[in-house]
Amino acid sequence: MTVLHDLIFDYTLRNVALGSMLLGIISGVLGSYAMLRRQGLLGDTLAHAALPGICVAFMLTGSRATIVLLLGAGIAGWLGTMLLLHTVRETKLSEDTMLGVVLSVFFGVGVLLLTMLQHWENANQAGLDRYLFGQAAALVAADVRLFAILGAVALLVVALFAKEFKLLAFDPAFAGSLGWPVRGFDVLLTSLLIIAVVIGLQTVGVVLMAAMVIGPGAAARQWTDRLHVMLPLAGVFGGAAGVIGAVISVQAARLPTGPMIILSLTAIVVASLLLAPRHGLVPEAIRRRGHHARLVAPSLSRGDPA
Amino acid sequence: MTPSMVILLTGVLCAVACSLLGTFLILRRMAMMTDAISHAILPGLVAGYVIAGGSNLLVGAAGAAGAAMLTVTLVEALRRTGRLDGGASIGIVFPAMFALGTVLVTRYFAGVHLDTDAILYGNIEFAFFERLYLGGHDLGPQSLWVMGGLVAGNLTFLLLFFKELKLTSFDAGLAAAMGFSPLVLHYTLMLVLSFTTVGAFTAVGAILVVALVIVAAATAYLLTERLIAMVAGSAAIGAGSAISGYWLAIRIDGSVAGAIVTMTGVCFGLALLFSPSSGLVSRARQHRQNRRRFTLDLLIAHLGSRERSGQPGSGATAAQLGAALRWPASQVRSTVARGIAEGMLTQAERGVRLSPTGRAAVDGMRRT
Repeated sequence: MTVLHDLIFDYTLRNVALGSMLLGIISGVLGSYAMLRRQGLLGDTLAHAALPGICVAFMLTGSRATIVLLLGAGIAGWLGTMLLLHTVRETKLSEDTMLGVVLSVFFGVGVLLLTMLQHWENANQAGLDRYLFGQAAALVAADVRLFAILGAVALLVVALFAKEFKLLAFDPAFAGSLGWPVRGFDVLLTSLLIIAVVIGLQTVGVVLMAAMVIGPGAAARQWTDRLHVMLPLAGVFGGAAGVIGAVISVQAARLPTGPMIILSLTAIVVASLLLAPRHGLVPEAIRRRGHHARLVAPSLSRGDPA
Repeated sequence: MTPSMVILLTGVLCAVACSLLGTFLILRRMAMMTDAISHAILPGLVAGYVIAGGSNLLVGAAGAAGAAMLTVTLVEALRRTGRLDGGASIGIVFPAMFALGTVLVTRYFAGVHLDTDAILYGNIEFAFFERLYLGGHDLGPQSLWVMGGLVAGNLTFLLLFFKELKLTSFDAGLAAAMGFSPLVLHYTLMLVLSFTTVGAFTAVGAILVVALVIVAAATAYLLTERLIAMVAGSAAIGAGSAISGYWLAIRIDGSVAGAIVTMTGVCFGLALLFSPSSGLVSRARQHRQNRRRFTLDLLIAHLGSRERSGQPGSGATAAQLGAALRWPASQVRSTVARGIAEGMLTQAERGVRLSPTGRAAVDGMRRT
């Protein structure tokens, strides 16, 4: 019960848990679309591509305010994605190659800028590299408010364009034949994903963001075949992973929050893959054994060749 | 050898070793496996550190390679359940491994020199000072031995299995039918990739390894379609990026690894824009030519059908053409001008009509 008490009354834990939960909900919902569109690793690329944006934002403004840095991150991530989508459309390079190219080149440029800042300004960029590994424990109430506003906007847009995004996820060619601006919706959905990623940078960091985008959707997908069930479920899974990870990391000494969130999420994904009644591997094995007993075994005992 | 020579040579060897493999990863659409492996080796490194009781090159490399193979196997197993596609499987497995590694590091090795910055950036800058000792003899910088070994190993691997790699990369079904196992080769390639990643990782860090493996090869792919040329080209581009990147890092006082990757990015950007076969500029030019060709064909075909329907010789004015083809006046004007320049059209008493060449072209269209 002390956990519950701390969740409500402990300032740090409340902010960390709330922030992580918001991140989980937003990236869960938006990541579900990315996963359905087989663009799961786009989140990974976006997160890495954001680094030079953070550096440039800091160089230009000299400010370490969250909103400024995240704006830079968002712009760099957006540029990287547009480059990726355009190149995949116009050249023979495949999507996974371009994911790797954008991810690593943007990140390399970011590292170069970051080290230049370090050498120029007597290591005064301390606020910047926390985006690499995330620092959920440093979330303050203002950050949580920012997350809540950004998340509310993103989810509102998803609600407004629910029908369009659904068709885009399952049959973009048909959407195009209806005369819908498919490319516009594509850009819009990707831009929303950037919001989720940018929030995640501060909480779980660049590397672990891939799982925040893919995990909740991958888990929710096993429980249902309906999008309007899957999206909220992914939000719940993501949010739950956020809270559980935050609580565990506070309970034991020296457990970093971001990785604990990801490990909680991985546990949810594995449990869903194994146990979900519809698509889980264990129920399927049981069903298969049932079929075997019903169909094959009787025919064997009758002596049929098949 | 001076320290800067060591750094430069380490960078070149590292870039060559990595980009040799990149070609096949790109052709097999497995570029992102590099990303997965380069992150997932972290818990393996930690395990090696624990087992060896300290920093030991061989044990650490073995642990990392073990973690890499575990990752490859897990990704493949997840994909084979049919529940997740390849990308999603990668995105589930490697963050979990990396998170596990981070937890182990922060919980048990907070003070130890296994710092997280080195994991992301590498420390090629110290290449000269990390030396390899054997029986008390100083054999020179360790990185040169490691990278040199990787280049030799990867070259040998490619030479030995070039035919098999080529076949399984382009037609896995045929390879299987002919008795080659694509799966065995897949895991062999992944094993070679993990050793390369582990070796390169110490020099340039986890994420920049991805750039060295993929970006040079992707650049070469934009420039050629021949496999041999692609392998050789990506090695050359990697080496060139390493040299120019080192120069850049000195000039602007930044991370050597970051600068090398930035230079691979510059090479890629140049190839993406200006490659004669598949660059964006040449493709845009091709598009424009096709559009012009097509509009002119449309115009003379229209004039041809006017002639057949009984207004021979009288010609068509720009206004008539614009109305019939639903083109804006500017498009009519420019297309007519091009047609006259190409000898397809001649001036008539009112507007333009087909020249003999133009009429022959229309007849040619009607026959095909």
